[in-house]
Amino acid sequence: MTTDTDQILRRILGDVLGLRPGQADEFDGDTGLFGHLPELDSMAVAGLLTEMEDRLDILIEDDDIEGEMLETYGALLAFAEAKRTQS
Amino acid sequence: MTPALWPCPLPGGGIAEEYALTFDRQREKRLLIVPALFDEANRLRRFTAEVIRRLDGAGIDCVLPDLPGTNESTQPLATQDTEDWRDAMMAAARHFEATHVLGIRGGCLFTPSNLPRWHYAPVKGASILRQMVRARIVASREAGTEETSEGLLKTGADTGLELGGHRIGADFLRVFQTLKSDETPDVQQIPQDMIGASGLWLRAEPGESRDQADALAAVIAMGLSA
Repeated sequence: MTTDTDQILRRILGDVLGLRPGQADEFDGDTGLFGHLPELDSMAVAGLLTEMEDRLDILIEDDDIEGEMLETYGALLAFAEAKRTQS
Repeated sequence: MTPALWPCPLPGGGIAEEYALTFDRQREKRLLIVPALFDEANRLRRFTAEVIRRLDGAGIDCVLPDLPGTNESTQPLATQDTEDWRDAMMAAARHFEATHVLGIRGGCLFTPSNLPRWHYAPVKGASILRQMVRARIVASREAGTEETSEGLLKTGADTGLELGGHRIGADFLRVFQTLKSDETPDVQQIPQDMIGASGLWLRAEPGESRDQADALAAVIAMGLSA
């Protein structure tokens, strides 16, 4: 399931950031997201979270949304995996 | 592609002029396009215009009106309610003598039901709102203010709400979150998987896709020639 979440999350980021296929494969745990990529503003983050809910079949609460979880690819992936384990 | 003016009914009576982008050569097939809403309107504007160019090439007149309070409109958005938008699109359809309608995303919530319709990737009012509220929460949190969806929607239902730079009225918000696009058999649904991999409304920056514009225009053009 870990690999699955990783793949889906990379695909979502690719769709949101308009990346070429495979480009999101270069992301590692430290790749900066919110606050690092100018195009990833609050509206784009909101879209990203909604897509994560749809495609990973998870529910993201208001309280879950905090800067740290959005800061790097690694943190976002850890969040998504923890949510999927819960559900 | 030329801008045209059309008379849009005002809620309290009277008329205000609104803009529409048109390819109008008085051809037999005339398509009214109800655009995507709010932030998605910006992200999908170019895509929508690209589809229109292709349809023009296929011999179909197209009209893309502004919803009152959006785009070039001089009306305030805060005083619009959902009925006003529905009436506005009916009036545009009448004025331009549309024979068919295409709704795009949230625009599907406002397509006139008296004409043959296509709905491209329709979305519920609640989903659009949820995302805009979430964007506001993310932005507020970054600025050190705590807000919740529940709290914001409650305030919104009383006094209206500023979401993503759009000042949306209380009446609008109350009804909008209950709206779903029609799924009656007469509406032809065009889900995103008919058009391409991922919808351009997901993009953080407005994008474009020649393939997706080709695909959507082809669905409409083939439907109209059938």
